[in-house]
Amino acid sequence: MPSTSASSDERTSARSGSGSPILSLRGISKHFGAVAALTDIDLDINAGEVVAVVGDNGAGKSTLVKVLAGVHSPSSGTLSFESREVTVPTPADAHALGIATVFQDLALCENLSVVDNLFLGQELRKLRLHEAEMETRSWDLLRQLSAKIPTVRIPVAALSGGQRQTVAIARSLLGDPKIIILDEPTAALGVAQTAEVLNLVERLRDRGLGVVMVSHNMADVLAVCDRVAVLRLGRNNGTFDVAGLSSEELVAAITGADDNAVTKRSARSQPRPGATPTSATTTPTPNPLTEREPDD
Amino acid sequence: MTEQAVKSPPQALDRQDERLRQDTGLRGAVRGFFDRVRAGDVGVLPVAVGLVIIWTVFQLLNPIFLSSANLVNLTLESAPVGVIALGIVCILLVAEIDLSVGSVSGLAAAVLAVLLVNQGLPLGVALLAAILTGSAIGLLYSQIFLRFGIPSFVITLAGLLSFLGLQIYVLGAAGSINLPFDSPLVRFAQTAFVPAWLSYVLVVLAAAGLFGSGYAQIRERRERGLSHGTMRGLAIRSVLVLAGLGFAVYYLNRTRGVGWMFVLFIALVLVMHYMLSRTAWGRAMYAVGGNAEAARRAGIKVNAIYTSAFVLVSTFAAVGGVLAAARLAAANQSSGGGDVNLNAIAAAVIGGTSLFGGRGTAFAALLGVLVIQSISSGLTLLNLDSSFRFIVTGVVLLLAVAIDSISRRSRSSHGTA
Ligand SMILES: Nc1ncnc2c1ncn2[C@@H]1O[C@H](COP(=O)(O)OP(=O)(O)OP(=O)(O)O)[C@@H](O)[C@H]1O
Ligand SMILES: [Mg+2]
Repeated sequence: MPSTSASSDERTSARSGSGSPILSLRGISKHFGAVAALTDIDLDINAGEVVAVVGDNGAGKSTLVKVLAGVHSPSSGTLSFESREVTVPTPADAHALGIATVFQDLALCENLSVVDNLFLGQELRKLRLHEAEMETRSWDLLRQLSAKIPTVRIPVAALSGGQRQTVAIARSLLGDPKIIILDEPTAALGVAQTAEVLNLVERLRDRGLGVVMVSHNMADVLAVCDRVAVLRLGRNNGTFDVAGLSSEELVAAITGADDNAVTKRSARSQPRPGATPTSATTTPTPNPLTEREPDD
Repeated sequence: MTEQAVKSPPQALDRQDERLRQDTGLRGAVRGFFDRVRAGDVGVLPVAVGLVIIWTVFQLLNPIFLSSANLVNLTLESAPVGVIALGIVCILLVAEIDLSVGSVSGLAAAVLAVLLVNQGLPLGVALLAAILTGSAIGLLYSQIFLRFGIPSFVITLAGLLSFLGLQIYVLGAAGSINLPFDSPLVRFAQTAFVPAWLSYVLVVLAAAGLFGSGYAQIRERRERGLSHGTMRGLAIRSVLVLAGLGFAVYYLNRTRGVGWMFVLFIALVLVMHYMLSRTAWGRAMYAVGGNAEAARRAGIKVNAIYTSAFVLVSTFAAVGGVLAAARLAAANQSSGGGDVNLNAIAAAVIGGTSLFGGRGTAFAALLGVLVIQSISSGLTLLNLDSSFRFIVTGVVLLLAVAIDSISRRSRSSHGTA
């Protein structure tokens, strides 16, 4: 295995100050029957680092998230948490390790109130629920996220999509996680709430947490992430340092070609010759300048 | 708005959103109540209204109906089915069903009678064996349900038939075993009544308990700057409960009084109410009923929750069967047969437990069984036989499910499904 080059890790190691990653995946594959949703995925998540996972629809991002969260167990491959090899057979095991997840489908119980959902599975005082304390902490959390939720005593079914997403994000912050995984956390959020979540991601990074963020929004990814892992058809399609990465390069890696709908469209709307690459390349090779070692 | 500018305290932590109407005082409480009803959060309202209507109608038809003696009977009749209904509430909460509670209760009665009378074992052993039979059946159901993923209504339908067969087998050729009248169990169910003074003490304790927990809640919330009810409201509520329960007990005490068996039922309801509403286990039950996958991802041991629900419903069915046998002073082939099954399920649903899972309270069993037994008792007083009883109970069950479905639709249109 080639060792990590010092320059590419400068930014993250400066922030985290520790060499070994909290969580690392080696050769993770996941099959659903005949469908190989993930093949041979390698990924490292360091403390104090935000790793984006990007890719087209169906690229396997949510499957990867669920493998990390203990929802699916991988068909093959190994997970190491703080240099120990671990298995995460159930979501409870993931929680116990300190991996908190916001799922794409949010996974909230609609019949329960906001407070109940926030503390579900981690209630205070199991045998005599501490309702008042849970409600107070709920308000603190929701305020951090500038949530616009009128009352925390209504069932989640009565909330708007974005409010629900905020609840799901708030839930992941409870209980002192070491890694937070966000599957399209800002998909349904308003402008202010999106900004708040991005701020939150930065705050979490500064607190030394590892953050994995799945997103389709390239601007968000480039704004807050340190590294970007690109998935394409269930495979690693390169891991990039965000510093100096352009959104076109990222799109090329995601779609597997320089010539694609996105670049064509931006070429059409800004008809400046030479502004975007238009050469028809069919090989899924991203810009070699920014690509890092695949098993980095 | 009824808020006075002078006295208005700094706004509570949970009341700061400007879209939130500030419901304060009595008017606010009433307004909030009607809002909730319109939004389909009907709670115990339909069943309470239904009970009043049923009692009025039967009282008009036969003035004996609301007599103290008849109501004492009603409470005693309610206990066995009510205990079974308590289990049904648990299983409905996780959006499953147990159709075999009648058979399981009959089997438990048979086991009790055989061990106590035929084998001559001590009462404690026989009781324990009968109740554990129920628990074991629940454990079996849950394992089949979890391992093979067979829908619970199929498993328990099979159980309904199998355990009826087992009950008949256990009872043997005679098919009927009488329990000795001097057995403490039979006396407990038939002639044991709470002494009048003690019944009033219990009423005072109940009201004091309500006041105490309400006071603790108000204090906790006030300390944290959350909105809280007023002491006056709490005091009014406690006094109302004191007066209401006091009158009920006084009325029952005019004849035989409050049966210990009914007290046992109420105690079980209160314990289950606490477990369901104030413990993490109860939260998990509602969560699993609402969205089992979400509950799993929240780290809840969903299988354990399902198992607990199946074990509880069968155990409560066995306890109900034992109580019914004690009340009848016999176990026979028709123990737990007839309408026991449907009455227990109907009671839970009539009391406001949703068939769709994740909604309902332990009090549903109490209120529902009072409705069912009132109908049964009223029709018996009118000399109408079981044919009418079945028809009327069926219609009432349909009505209850209709209310459940309509309020569910109303909830979804008000965004709180
Ligand atoms: N439970 C499942 N059973 C079978 N196939 C599945 C399952 N979950 C995901 N897949 C398949 O795995 C592939 C990857 O799905 P995944 O949800 O991970 O995509 P994604 O990258 O999150 O896409 P999106 O951007 O749309 O959220 C898809 O082809 C999907 O059909
Ligand atoms: Mg996805």
